[in-house]
This record gives sequence, structure tokens and C-alpha cells, in this order.
Amino acid sequence: MTSAPTHDRATLVRAIASQHLAERGPLMPVLHEVIEEIGHVAREDVETIADVLNLSVAEVHGVVSFYHDFRTEPATAHRLALCRGEACQSVGAEALYADTRSRAGSLGDDVEVAEVFCLGNCALGPSGTVDGRLHGRLSVARIDALTEGWR
Amino acid sequence: MTAPTPRVFVPGDAASASVGADEVAAAFAGAGAQVVRNGSRGMLWLEPLVEVETDAGRVGYANVTPDDVAEVLSGDATDIGIVDEHPWLTSQRRVSFARVGVVDPASITDYEAHGGWAGLRRALSLSPAEVVQEVTDSGLRGRGGAGFPAGIKWKTVLEAPSDLKFVACNFDEGDSGTFADRMVVEGDPFTLIEGMTITAHAVGASEGYVYVRSEYPHAVAALRRAVDAAYTHGYLGQDVLGSGLAFDLHVRVGAGAYICGEESSMLESLEGRRGEVRAKPPIPALKGLWGRPTAVNNVLTLCAVPMILADGGAAYAELGTGRSRGTQVFQLAGNVKQGGIVELPFGVSLRELVEKYGGGTLSGRPLRAAQVGGPLGAYVPESGFDVPMDYEALAESGAMLGHGGIVVFDETVDMARMARFAMEFCSIESCGKCTPCRVGSTRGVETIDRIIAGQDVAANLVLLDDLCDTLTKGSLCAMGGLTPMPVQSAIKHFPEDFESAATERSGAPV
Repeated sequence: MTSAPTHDRATLVRAIASQHLAERGPLMPVLHEVIEEIGHVAREDVETIADVLNLSVAEVHGVVSFYHDFRTEPATAHRLALCRGEACQSVGAEALYADTRSRAGSLGDDVEVAEVFCLGNCALGPSGTVDGRLHGRLSVARIDALTEGWR
Repeated sequence: MTAPTPRVFVPGDAASASVGADEVAAAFAGAGAQVVRNGSRGMLWLEPLVEVETDAGRVGYANVTPDDVAEVLSGDATDIGIVDEHPWLTSQRRVSFARVGVVDPASITDYEAHGGWAGLRRALSLSPAEVVQEVTDSGLRGRGGAGFPAGIKWKTVLEAPSDLKFVACNFDEGDSGTFADRMVVEGDPFTLIEGMTITAHAVGASEGYVYVRSEYPHAVAALRRAVDAAYTHGYLGQDVLGSGLAFDLHVRVGAGAYICGEESSMLESLEGRRGEVRAKPPIPALKGLWGRPTAVNNVLTLCAVPMILADGGAAYAELGTGRSRGTQVFQLAGNVKQGGIVELPFGVSLRELVEKYGGGTLSGRPLRAAQVGGPLGAYVPESGFDVPMDYEALAESGAMLGHGGIVVFDETVDMARMARFAMEFCSIESCGKCTPCRVGSTRGVETIDRIIAGQDVAANLVLLDDLCDTLTKGSLCAMGGLTPMPVQSAIKHFPEDFESAATERSGAPV
């Protein structure tokens, strides 16, 4: 997940995109794999992908900017995503989200507290992901315990 | 000689894992037990619900932690009896969920041993038109929310002339309060594969795509594993079970856009574009993926198909009421004591679901409302809970079934805030293609903020009503078209939350 030098990065992105050329509608799978391998989709990646898939830069940029998952900046060291869907709201998610955001800085040095709308865990809310892992029945104390290693 | 190691079932689905099932499974494995990661039985308040195989049946232990493992294995822990005899399950009519929680989702032989592939085998012995007729006879309607008759859709695709057709499964289950698609795929993934393969035969498709939301990594993994196994065993590929049917199935992952649950947005996304809705006509059945005829169905619709083919359309049509045939998988969520999956024939009342199955609120406070059918569904007041849960009765009462999700709220809910949230959600998730949805939702948030702040409340309520009318009539798809449903139902049934807003609240809106 570290930033590769530009030349290596372009080679890697080109290789990823080329692997999906035979598929129908390859752009989304390519972007997912770039995120998985490198962590984010940089401006130069958009140009490389467009070149390999024979799309315009505008088309690729349009897709990258449309979807929440395709981040264009490196990820933080840790990430907490809390559900704000109605089911989680019915068991106090809004207050938990507001509280957690207000103290994001105290959870660790490089932490992002994000919102998400439904993780499909609606009978065990409030739900959230902690570094990508799903947790149910979250509370202030539970979040403190789950993020203990971040501090 | 040592005692034989018991088989222990520890659910491996996302919900169970979210409350510690992975750690429990590891502890059982460490203690020498033979662990099967089954799906959840859908009694989510009991998770992690561990089952130990005995001669009498599978004995359940609720809310197990790693510390309980030794006592469970020695038989000293308190059990909940034989899980298959639990009244919460025995009073249900599980058709689509018959195998979920029972079988090992990783085992294709277990699937066959529990009745799997019987529908596909029968379908392959019938002509495509005969399969379509079975589905038409069953009365099956789209479970994604629109409730369109599946047989009519399939007939349209079958009769559309094209050398290339597709089946697309909408597994972008983004509605808050719904998780049935996720649970059926995590607990019984081969049912979806079987349903899609039958669909391919029925409509003449050679390729299928499942569009899974990225918030569901457990489901993606379970489905991909099952697809690989299905290829290995000849249930997918160039000659399915030697029938001559060629069908390839691809699993694609979304990227965090709620709107991609709208079928035309999903098709755009599958094609590699921004998930912006398409204007209709043409309908996807005639011009869907890459301009070709495409059968687009929800996970639950497709998962009902194997049983319909195995037992016949008439058997399915015997269940249900009026024009709502078969069973519906209800999902109890939110502030509810016993949340989970309740599959019953259409027609059960909302009250029975919330009070009998749900056991009332988790908080123990009085019930106030339930939102039925997702973020675009209506808020039903407790006084309206006697409504029967079927497409027509709900529509008549100003609500909708949607995907069958029921989110329960206690008396502390502030309905003006929920109405504001409906507009806010629409403003965040709108694809932006049409103006009523893109701009109207933001204006809606602002107008509700003024109502909450007590500014010209009466005039702003009139303005909000007018705005809702514009969204309903002027939006391209259900996102803008139905956002007024939660807003207007909240105002209609809970006017006191809007009129008293200024006097009871202090400070600015959150």
C-alpha cells in the first residue's frame, strides 16, 4: 500500500488494466484492483487506464468521481466507518457518529471517521467497520476498545 | 478410546461475525471440535448461535463467547433446545430460506443432499417457454421492490430476437433494514446460482452477471467460492449437466453507490459507467446490458425460482393472498428485541411481525412507528400496524412493501428528523441526472430545516408538500420518485413532530 515510484506505478496499473481487457465492461473491476493493490486511484492512473481500455480520460475520471469507493488520495492509517442508515439510527447511531467524529483526533494519529449508509447488519446496530471489519452493537465504549491499538 | 469429536455449527455470515462468531469458531477449533461455518438461522438476537450435533438433532446455544466453549462442549452450558424445533422457526414457512443456516454454504454436495439442483434438472427437461409458464403460474413477482410479475418479464426476454442475451442479478441491497439477499447468499449461495441458470435456460441467455454491493465482502467471497465449485461440478459452463445449455456467470462488485440498486443504474455500472439512471423505454428486457435483451431480477426473486421449478408453479401459488403469491422474506430490524429473518406467506400483519416475532422494541419503550420497505418506504404509525403485508394492501394504505425490510422505532424517534434524513439521503445518493431529485432533495433538506427551526411552519409545510409533488411526478426513477413517501407519511401520521418543532427543540439542526 506504499506509494510506488511513478514509473513502477504506471507499469503496475497498465498490467492490471491489461489483465481485464477481455472482459465486458472492465473499468469497475480494474479500478477495484488498483485500489486493492495501490490504495488509491491517482490522476496519472486515470490516464493509464484510459489508454489501455481505449476510453477517454473524461470517461474514466467520471466513473472514479461517481463512486464513493474509488478514493483519489492515499488512505489514512486507520479507518472507522459508522452506519447512518435508519435502522442504526433507531438505536442511537446519529449520536454515536457525531460523538466519534468529534473525537476522531483522539482515537489515533491518522484516523478517518466516515459515514456509510447500511452495512446489511440492521438487526444488530449500531453497526460499523473498523479497518474494514464489520462490528455490530457498537457503543462509545466498544469503539474505544476496538481502536485501542491505534493510540 | 476418546469420544468422537462433535460437529459444531458456528455461523460464518457477516452479522454473526459482527458480534464475535469468528473468535468463537476459532475457540471451538482450538478445543478439537469439527467446526462448520453455516449461515445464520436468522434469529439474529441469539448470535453467535452455536449448534452442536447430537443424535436428537442440533442443540443450540445462544450468544456464545469464546469463554463458553468448554462448557458448551461438556454439555454444561444452558441450551435453547433443538434449533429446528424453535417456535420462532417452526411457525415460519421457509421456502427461499429453507436451507439457510442448515447447510454448509461451502459444500456443493451438502446443497444437493438438501434438495439442491432439483429445480434445474426439471427445468432442463422442459422447453424455455414451459419454464416461463411455470414461473408465470407461480405468480412470482419481483422481490426487489417493484413487484413486477417475473413470468411476464421473462416472456418478454425470451421472445426478443437476439443472438446474445443476459441475466443480471441485482444484489445491490442498499436499503437500510434489509439483509435477506446478503443472508441467503452467505448461507446458501448455490440457490442463487441455480436460480440464475434456470433463468438463463428460460430466456435464452448465455451470460449472467451478479452485481453485489461492495459493503458485502462476506457475500462476495461466498458467492465466488460457490461459482467456482459450480463450474467444477458442471452446473455452469459450456454444457450445463450435459444439456447443451451454455451459461457463464460473473460476479461483479459495486463501489458504494446506493443508486446502483436501481436497475438501469446497475446496468450502467456493470457496463463500466457512472451509475446514472436510464430513461425508459426501452425496457431492459428488450435493451438491457450492452443494448441486448436482459432479464434483471433481484436475489430473492431468483432464489424463489429453484423451488418453483422443483415443486411446480401451482405449489408456490397456493401460498399467499390476492395477487401476492408465495412467501415474502421479511426482515425485522432497528429498535426491535428479536431482529432477523421471518419468511411467511403474504398477508401476515405488520403487528404480528413486529410484536409476535419481533417481541417489541429493544429499548423496552413503547412502539411508535415502523418504516416499511427501506429508505424510500413509508413510516407506518403503531395504530396502523394491523395492515396485512401484501403489495396491494400496503399500497392502499399509502405504504409499500419494497424489499420487505421493517425498521422499528420506539417513542423517542423524532419524525421531523427522520423526514429530514430522507431528503438528506436522497441529496447524497442522487445520481444527479434529473433535476427534481438532484436539486429538489437539497431544497427539501433546507425547507425541513426551516420547519424544525419554527420559521413560517405552516407556509413551509405547504411548500414542502408542493416540492414532494414535483419529486414524485418529475423524477426519472424511484429514488426521487419515492423519497417523498417517508417525508409525507411522517408529516401525515406525526404532525405534532413538525408543528411543535420550534417550541420543543433548542439549537440549530444537526
